Amino acid sequence: MKIPLSWLREFAELPADCTPELIESAFVKVGFEVEEIVMQGEGLTGPLVVALVASIEELTEHKKPIRYVGLDCGDGEIRYVICGARNFAEGDLVVAALPGAILPGEFVISARETYGKTSNGMICSARELGISDDHQGIIILSPGSAKVGDDAIALLAINEMIIDVAVNPDRGYALSARGLARELALSLGVPFKDPGSIDYLAGIASTNGKIIEVVIDDPTGADYIKIASLSHVDVKAPTPLWMQRRIEKCGMRSISLAVDITNYVMLELGQPLHAFDADTIEGSLHVVRAGMTKEFVTLDGQKRSLSADSLLIADDKKALALAGTMGGLESEVRDSTVNIALEAAHFDPISIARNSRSQRLSSEASRRLERNVDPAIAAVASARATALLVELAGAQFVGESVAGAVKAKRMITFDPSAICNLIGFDYTSDQIRHALTAIGGEVEQAQAHSWNFTVPTWRPDLEVLSDLAEEVARVHGYDLIPSRLPTGKAGATLSPIQYRKRGVAQLLASLGFSEIYSYPFVSPEMVKTLGFVGPRAASFKIANPMSDEAPLLRTHLLPGLLSALQRNLSRGSKDVALFEIGSVFRDTSALSRIGIVPTSSRPSDETIKDIYNSVPAQPLFVGAVVSGSLDRKGWWGAGRSFDWSDAISMAERIVAETGNQMEIVQSDLAPWHPGRCAEIRIGGKPVAHAGELHPRVLEELGLPARSCAFAVILSELPFSPQTRAQPVLTMPAAIQDISLFVSSDVASSAVEAALREGAGELLESITLFDRYDQAGEGRISLAFTMVFRAPDRTLTADEVSAFRLAAGARATERCGAILRD
Amino acid sequence: MTLTSADIDGMVGAALSAISSATDLDQLKEVRIEHVGDRSPIAKANQSLGQMDPSARAEFGKIVGKAKGAIVATFEARQVELEAERDARVLIEERVDVSITANRTPKGGLHPLTILTNEICDLFLGLGYRIAEGPELEAEWLNFDSLNIPADHPARTMQDTFFIEPLESHLVLRTHTSPVQMRTMLEEKPPIYVICPGRTYRADELDATHTPVFSQVEGLVIDRNITMADLKGTLDYFARSIFGPDVKTRLRPSFFPFTEPSAEVDFFFNGRWVEWGGCGMVNPKVLRAAGIDPEEFSGFAFGMGLERTLMVRHGITDMHDIVEGDIRFTQNFGSGLR
Repeated sequence: MKIPLSWLREFAELPADCTPELIESAFVKVGFEVEEIVMQGEGLTGPLVVALVASIEELTEHKKPIRYVGLDCGDGEIRYVICGARNFAEGDLVVAALPGAILPGEFVISARETYGKTSNGMICSARELGISDDHQGIIILSPGSAKVGDDAIALLAINEMIIDVAVNPDRGYALSARGLARELALSLGVPFKDPGSIDYLAGIASTNGKIIEVVIDDPTGADYIKIASLSHVDVKAPTPLWMQRRIEKCGMRSISLAVDITNYVMLELGQPLHAFDADTIEGSLHVVRAGMTKEFVTLDGQKRSLSADSLLIADDKKALALAGTMGGLESEVRDSTVNIALEAAHFDPISIARNSRSQRLSSEASRRLERNVDPAIAAVASARATALLVELAGAQFVGESVAGAVKAKRMITFDPSAICNLIGFDYTSDQIRHALTAIGGEVEQAQAHSWNFTVPTWRPDLEVLSDLAEEVARVHGYDLIPSRLPTGKAGATLSPIQYRKRGVAQLLASLGFSEIYSYPFVSPEMVKTLGFVGPRAASFKIANPMSDEAPLLRTHLLPGLLSALQRNLSRGSKDVALFEIGSVFRDTSALSRIGIVPTSSRPSDETIKDIYNSVPAQPLFVGAVVSGSLDRKGWWGAGRSFDWSDAISMAERIVAETGNQMEIVQSDLAPWHPGRCAEIRIGGKPVAHAGELHPRVLEELGLPARSCAFAVILSELPFSPQTRAQPVLTMPAAIQDISLFVSSDVASSAVEAALREGAGELLESITLFDRYDQAGEGRISLAFTMVFRAPDRTLTADEVSAFRLAAGARATERCGAILRD
Repeated sequence: MTLTSADIDGMVGAALSAISSATDLDQLKEVRIEHVGDRSPIAKANQSLGQMDPSARAEFGKIVGKAKGAIVATFEARQVELEAERDARVLIEERVDVSITANRTPKGGLHPLTILTNEICDLFLGLGYRIAEGPELEAEWLNFDSLNIPADHPARTMQDTFFIEPLESHLVLRTHTSPVQMRTMLEEKPPIYVICPGRTYRADELDATHTPVFSQVEGLVIDRNITMADLKGTLDYFARSIFGPDVKTRLRPSFFPFTEPSAEVDFFFNGRWVEWGGCGMVNPKVLRAAGIDPEEFSGFAFGMGLERTLMVRHGITDMHDIVEGDIRFTQNFGSGLR
């Protein structure tokens, strides 16, 4: 909230020279962030005077209507100025900047020729003076509020430090001059004078008239309400300048005297008030739930539909106000109002929060009430506003009615040494007592380890020892707390999956891939383009997405990777290889639904299990897309595009590096090319897909032909036991090549497996080194190099040639292979 | 045929002449075969010693030995000479421009968030903290209720939190990694020392300093006699490790539902105070919801945004760079090798 320093000074004995730095650090020390400190009037120098509009000449020959205004500035002559505003008439009091004045923004006022006339100064708007955002027109001072020739800088109290303080949600009381002055005083260690302990009604006698009665129909909605009835209110009386200016400095607008008084008291004491035109009230006032009342028009003219539990102020017949949030149009104070019913209530904060949220209506009142207002201040604020209405609006105080009661003060019994134990600093008894007294509570040292603390009415947030510990710590400053480094438990280590994540990321980065973190938000169009079906098309939907176009959670990493690929290519990058490691969200099975689970103690093991089971499994993937080359051309010669086989071998390598045996089979999973996609399986279960992307998908996404992708489900790869070492054999190797014809529908991996099996134990490695598709008769030719090695001797030519033939025979048997030689 | 010393002299003469006329190492290699090797005349002369009359053998043996020594010495000298010549000439001719770069493979890179997360995890592993992770799509009860954020709390509105349809599923995209803390407390008995890194979600528009999908790292300690001084010391250590040994920290009183007392932690870096994150002593209500006795155990928790940490430490001025996945941004950070 914004607050001028002069207002705080009324209640806190601040040092004469308060710098912005001092004020900021004082607020920060006790837990209030300062958003901004504005030195109003900085950059403004006079002469700035009150002037009387003596004459107005309309100049019509210009594009917009312009006035040439004669001003009496109290120096015995009429001065003429050009003015574009039209919200004033002859006889009005205005604020004029005379030649020599400098307005904020280094705007120097001088006599100048304009619109064919000499303008000898300027009539100012509030914004031009830097005192509010109001630029509707120039400032008009109410008659009698100032004398012609008065210094307007002093009159408008322009020179002021205005502090914008951020108030945490548990500190509703601090949304007031009273609350902030208390905090500033305790931070600076200066005396505080509580405006909440003044008897404002002293000397005000009640007169005869009608007292509006009040009833709390629903005690869950409010525990205290007071209605003050006033008559003979002159609502058209002007708001005094000092009040108007303070309201403006707090960032609100002056509206009319009665409303200004309620706002002024709210800003001063923190208690929202509402003034009803008492003549619109039929019978008594009630605090009630909306129930059957479905609609209601608030004073901003909006028709509001109400839920049954909306909290209202109503009379015997109809709704009058959305309690604590906004008044009604019908009962608002208007020019004809003479009788006022002034409401001051302590509403239930949650009811007000619901009112505000369901109507999407956050008002100055609701902001305070939902953060909890001092229940004891309602009566004081009512008295303060009554006194101001009597003083400024000529009102007569008829009397008041009350329903409910202010809650009794609470007491917390605590052990002061427990505070020291929680904070880690040995506060003295005096320090603890001082802090708890400074915040407004009372401390009784019953026994050494059992003190009684009477909680200030405005601090409902103080409930247990840790709350008191925070108060003690903040009053004495968090800087006092020492620094001590505890160490945890022996044996902390990365989990297997954490090791795996790191290893995969490191591997891909060193192979030329760049890591990304994409948003997991996907559009239904993307799901359609990629051709996702089954579990990958059944995804979770966000009820309130950032963009209505992308409300779905990703079921796969490809949507995000492909979007990032598009972005990189559109920005001119070539040879883009991206990877991402992240969770995906799949609606695999009906999840358990949980009801309301209390938090006062640990739920039963069964309930915890239900809660866990209400959350879907979120498998961890690594995905990658590549367009272009990872083996570039250059001055050294030709390069090679990354192709389907590279994608497959990358996926294969990741799976192999985890120590798993796999099987690679042909797949037609979207969005891959149905003839160029490999599915990697472990124990029959798919764990990865890799290959070239579908040409249609690439075309729709505007991506280069032949772009490739792979995805591995890292959380599905079993963790293998420690790798067993293979003995490194040192005898000479014997190398044999074998070429075979097979039918073109036979997978080379199947041929390789057969050869491997037939070759016997001494086969060390087998590598496909040639493949020829155009062998004719629906056949392909495959050529492998086999390396044999025995642990204890040099193999003879006869031996290895026998191994080779055995391998070939197995390939013939299994795959119908025909040896080529 | 009997060899005479004149024959030997002739062999030496022929060998020395051939050696001196060899102009490169290849020629010299041939000379070696012809005049120095096993089939050279001098080698054969040596072999013939066995058939000689023992009386003559000793003397003639000396002559042959001396001759062979002379040939070998000359050969080796010439070898050294020609090698030097080759080094001086041929290798210089083969010189290339090593400043030419051959970026045959594009430079890859880890996202700097990964590098930072790893750095933080390792730092806390060293302090004996385990790394706890949990689901991003989370039960509302774990994300809010159990952390003392009741149903009407402003953080639980649609403006701040992504909810999943249908609302009765009570699933949200976690707004912080605190549900991982709660899961840890439900699953383990104190003492607990964990660090919880992960992706989190809040309904903020993407701009230069905000992103709806961001990363957090939270820490949780539950043990006997844990105080706010322990929290402060841990944050000091953390800040110094991340921002350098001279960095200063400060705690400011603040409010969070799940901690009491609560604080904001700032650090002083490059001449200004920067808000880093929130922290505090775990609220006894939260301990109770997890079944931990607040009379016996106390604890602290803290949480920081990793994007902000990264931006401040590395001078990143626009959040878009972190979230867009442009390879030029990532490649600049490389693989995090130090």
